[in-house]
Amino acid sequence: MAEATLLDAIRAGLIEEMERDPAVVLLGEDIGRYGGAFKATDGLLDRFGPDRVIDTPISEAGIVGAAAGMAHYGLRPVVEMQFIDFISCAYDMLTNYAATARYRAFLPCPIVVRGPSGGYVRGGPFHSQNPEAAFLHTPGLKIAYPSTVDDAKGLLKAAIRDDDPVLFFEHKYLYRRIKSELPGADDVVPLGKARVAREGKDLTIVTYAAMVWKSLEAAEQLAEQEGLSVEVIDLRTLLPIDDATIMASVRKTNRVLLVHEDTVTGGLAGELTARINEQCFEWLDAPVRRVAAHDVPLPYAPPLEDFVLPQTSDIVRACRWLAAY
Amino acid sequence: MVLPECDPISDIDPLSPESRLALYRWMRLTRTLEERLVALYRQTKVVGGLFRSLGQEACAVGSAFALQRHDAMSPLIRNLGSMLVKGATPVEVLRQYMAKGDSPTRGRELNIHFGDVVDRNFIGQISHLGDMVPVMAGITLTFRLRREQRVGLVYVGDGATSTGAFHEGINFAAVQRCPMIVIVENNAYAYSTPTRMQCAAERLADKASGYGMPGVRVDGNDVLAMHHVTRAAVERARSGEGPTLIEAMTFRRKGHAEHDNQHYVDPAEIARWAEENDPLDRFSHRLQHEFGVDHQTLASVDADVAREVDEATDLAEASPPCDGGEALDGVYADPPSMPTLWYRGDEKSAVARHERPASWGTHDG
Repeated sequence: MAEATLLDAIRAGLIEEMERDPAVVLLGEDIGRYGGAFKATDGLLDRFGPDRVIDTPISEAGIVGAAAGMAHYGLRPVVEMQFIDFISCAYDMLTNYAATARYRAFLPCPIVVRGPSGGYVRGGPFHSQNPEAAFLHTPGLKIAYPSTVDDAKGLLKAAIRDDDPVLFFEHKYLYRRIKSELPGADDVVPLGKARVAREGKDLTIVTYAAMVWKSLEAAEQLAEQEGLSVEVIDLRTLLPIDDATIMASVRKTNRVLLVHEDTVTGGLAGELTARINEQCFEWLDAPVRRVAAHDVPLPYAPPLEDFVLPQTSDIVRACRWLAAY
Repeated sequence: MVLPECDPISDIDPLSPESRLALYRWMRLTRTLEERLVALYRQTKVVGGLFRSLGQEACAVGSAFALQRHDAMSPLIRNLGSMLVKGATPVEVLRQYMAKGDSPTRGRELNIHFGDVVDRNFIGQISHLGDMVPVMAGITLTFRLRREQRVGLVYVGDGATSTGAFHEGINFAAVQRCPMIVIVENNAYAYSTPTRMQCAAERLADKASGYGMPGVRVDGNDVLAMHHVTRAAVERARSGEGPTLIEAMTFRRKGHAEHDNQHYVDPAEIARWAEENDPLDRFSHRLQHEFGVDHQTLASVDADVAREVDEATDLAEASPPCDGGEALDGVYADPPSMPTLWYRGDEKSAVARHERPASWGTHDG
């Protein structure tokens, strides 16, 4: 079978779920006739018609609010943010309305809000963001952020089938760079379960999305150059957090590095540090450390962007520091 | 009589005698229930704030009366009357205000912030004004996509027309030709802010033309006019012609909530509306002098309503309080409850309960 990209996996996941369940409908800007800014929904208008692939005005709050209303009445809308950066326009609708619907009023609200995320693409401050931390603090939301073809499709299917609002981040740097055979239609990857991307015994890296690949690259270099055995955990789902997989690894290796592309202050790594402190304090042989983006809006020029974002060499250096502690 | 300038309406449907009496009854129930809530508030039995719709009952009741049971409706805080017409019961409302364990939201939310999308089809609002407009756009888009003959009515106040959500939702609905009716209740004040500080346009109804949809301004204190205009918009929506904006002119005769003494409003203006343009007095007068209803009939409706509110109050007062541990249930369908944090180790643990009640907002199958 021909190899598929991560973008193909997203499209395949959408098609499979739309074929399986007539309640699944797509909403977004330029997703129909144009097929989406990254072509994630290419061909879906022809395949499913304008009642299920709905082009909308530029109204992120309006679209998410409408999706919530549709979900109350039995549909399962999947909303595309043209770039995930624009999800901030729908922050109120997601956090105040959709996330609370079940709890405050027993209203079903199974929506998925998905979109291209992340940097390393010279997109500048408004086409490169990783806004996951802004939503981690919202009970009622779930957040997935896959790094592989298998997980992109399998997690998207789980997100669409989930009975609550799910934010689904897709790393655009990985869209066309990651390729493998597409998993089967029944391969659903459950939300809330992390994955051991590489086994190791000396040190654990907990990470997600594009940083999984940089961490794997770093682990490979460290194994070759100094025989260090690094375990890499790919979280896959950021909310709920899979404590069990993280803690099992930390208890095995006793050293942990947290890596994310999002800015360092208030990022997921801070929360993970607290959890590891609460659950694994006695197992730690070194302080928990973080590699994350510097606290600046992401700049456009390549030398600036590369300086701000974590690089493989940063992860290698941090691992050496931890191993030597 | 103080009466804002409204669009002329010809041949207002006087409705049947039964319907007219029903309108009177819903308005009277709204007012009596609110008066009971004031008494309970003063006895500190209402846990949070109390929001009145005194003088706005015709607006709520007349419009909601134009809906069928399968049509959707989302109220704003001054639409207790709409909720009652749509099937919410006085005891539900009382339990909500009193934060009882068997209230429709089991103590999670306040006042008329509760919903029922299974049978009576109302959707409780959130406090972020304007947010229900896009939500109702989505609900009514669903009706249109399924070729169902259902419409949706969403209420906002004059203040909510300033929000982005109002604009985005109404524009979305217009583009998608959603079977939706938006009622802007212009009661002259958003908390303490007069409408002229909210919007530079003379008429909020004029906003409609900017979205390519009809807008009409109606006397919100005339229950028959309110019903007539809403029903026309409902019929228009039901026949696939898209949304309508209705600006209902009325006046808020109480403060934003019961704590607010309304010092920013000229007391003479409030008194004038109370004396000259009370919607219940107006309709009661018309019923007696235009439609030949005798005083005795209205008095017996009033007595019935008072009895109903008394019985509901007894039931609500006897309702149990909430059990604190239940606060951790139902944030998600899965997991069904959150674990208590470590410092509550000896408290009742919600994580032990893993049942998922069928009524908890999840579509089966």
